[in-house]
Amino acid sequence: MAKGHSFLSHRLHSLLGLFPVGLFLLFHLTANYQATRGPEAFNEVVGLIEHVPFLIVLEFVFIYIPILFHAVYGIYIAFQAKHNVGSFSQFRNQMFLWQRLTGIITLIFIAWHVFETRIPKAMGAEVNYDMMANILSSPVMIIFYAIGILSTVFHFSNGIWSFLVHWGITVGPRSQRIATYVTMGIFVIVSFIGLSAMAAFIQ
Amino acid sequence: MAEKLIHLKITRQDSPNSAPYVEEFKIPYRPNMNVIGALMEIQRNPVNAQGQKTSPVNWESNCLEEVCGACSMVINGKPRQACSALIDKLEQPIRLEPMSTFPVQRDLSIDRSRMFDALKRVKAWIPIDGTHDLGPGPRMPEVERQWAYELSKCMTCGVCLEACPNVNQKSDFIGPFAISQVRLFNQHPTGAMNKHERLEALMEDGGIGDCGNSQNCVQACPKGIPLTTSIAHMNKETTKYAVKRFFFS
Repeated sequence: MAKGHSFLSHRLHSLLGLFPVGLFLLFHLTANYQATRGPEAFNEVVGLIEHVPFLIVLEFVFIYIPILFHAVYGIYIAFQAKHNVGSFSQFRNQMFLWQRLTGIITLIFIAWHVFETRIPKAMGAEVNYDMMANILSSPVMIIFYAIGILSTVFHFSNGIWSFLVHWGITVGPRSQRIATYVTMGIFVIVSFIGLSAMAAFIQ
Repeated sequence: MAEKLIHLKITRQDSPNSAPYVEEFKIPYRPNMNVIGALMEIQRNPVNAQGQKTSPVNWESNCLEEVCGACSMVINGKPRQACSALIDKLEQPIRLEPMSTFPVQRDLSIDRSRMFDALKRVKAWIPIDGTHDLGPGPRMPEVERQWAYELSKCMTCGVCLEACPNVNQKSDFIGPFAISQVRLFNQHPTGAMNKHERLEALMEDGGIGDCGNSQNCVQACPKGIPLTTSIAHMNKETTKYAVKRFFFS
């Protein structure tokens, strides 16, 4: 990594994880949640999104480039740590390990997910309910997607906790403990939305 | 009646570059012993558990009351002070290892120079020397003095660095203690006059950005210093400073 920019890179990594990547995740999962109201409802949302002007520019500026930076710098951070949950098994150290583990799992999941949905789209395939139903027709893929969604949502929720500390918002132990409860609540709620959306594609 | 023995498994190393090995010792028990006392017993009679004569185990210690920070070592997997590690409260066999985050000099003694380099880097002092008497400095509010005193208990023992997963060969992270020292000197009324210098130092490579919030440091600190609070506070200060520097200078 570039010399002398470690502070800036870490802060940028933390910021991009939430804005816009985290917000995109929330938007994406709630949009998918429309599938629980039937294929037509989902296709309608997809159609609506695809008619946004300059979509490709928005996708690159607000999704692809931030995720790419977050991922590349995240791998660097993840492999810099020497984990020691064996000697220090308290909650936060476990979370430290899980944040890095889920980061790697999420990266693999997103890479595969983009390969399976966005690349075919770029080749001319239509993104709709049937595309996802097709992908989720095998039990292996259902397990892979379930792990992927849970891992992504965990990384996002616990990432909010880290964001609050990294930017000096939660400073004392009490506010940090309450932030733990709130972010774990976010994990449960967003996981529910994500998994129900996924279940709606299983026929 | 058979004599009660203390069983020790010590990770030893003959020189900075030689390979570490484990040697076992069985020494006679005395009530109220600490780990230093056990090591002194080995020094008096350097014979290992097999009954062979060996070199006495090397370690560092000074104050023997947990204020100097010299006798840090990994005892039964946890980095801590050997002087306050009482034999009666430890599970046997007692495993003693050097804090290998630091360069091992010999056996249990390590080189903690990187901590002093870190203190120099963040300018963890208050510059008051001049050519003439500047008179008394500004007064410090009592409530601030109280928590500043807690931060001033840091004895540079290195336990927080050993506990931190982000302090290792792959990273140049200065460690939790140095960040807490910046907080201490930046809130001192005279020290605050140079606070931007310390903030700049924290924002360099290996500075505060490298903290990964595992919060092991605050759990491990033998002096109970609120290290994670200091780090989060300095996160806020460096953020404010970075924004100011970007927009207004």
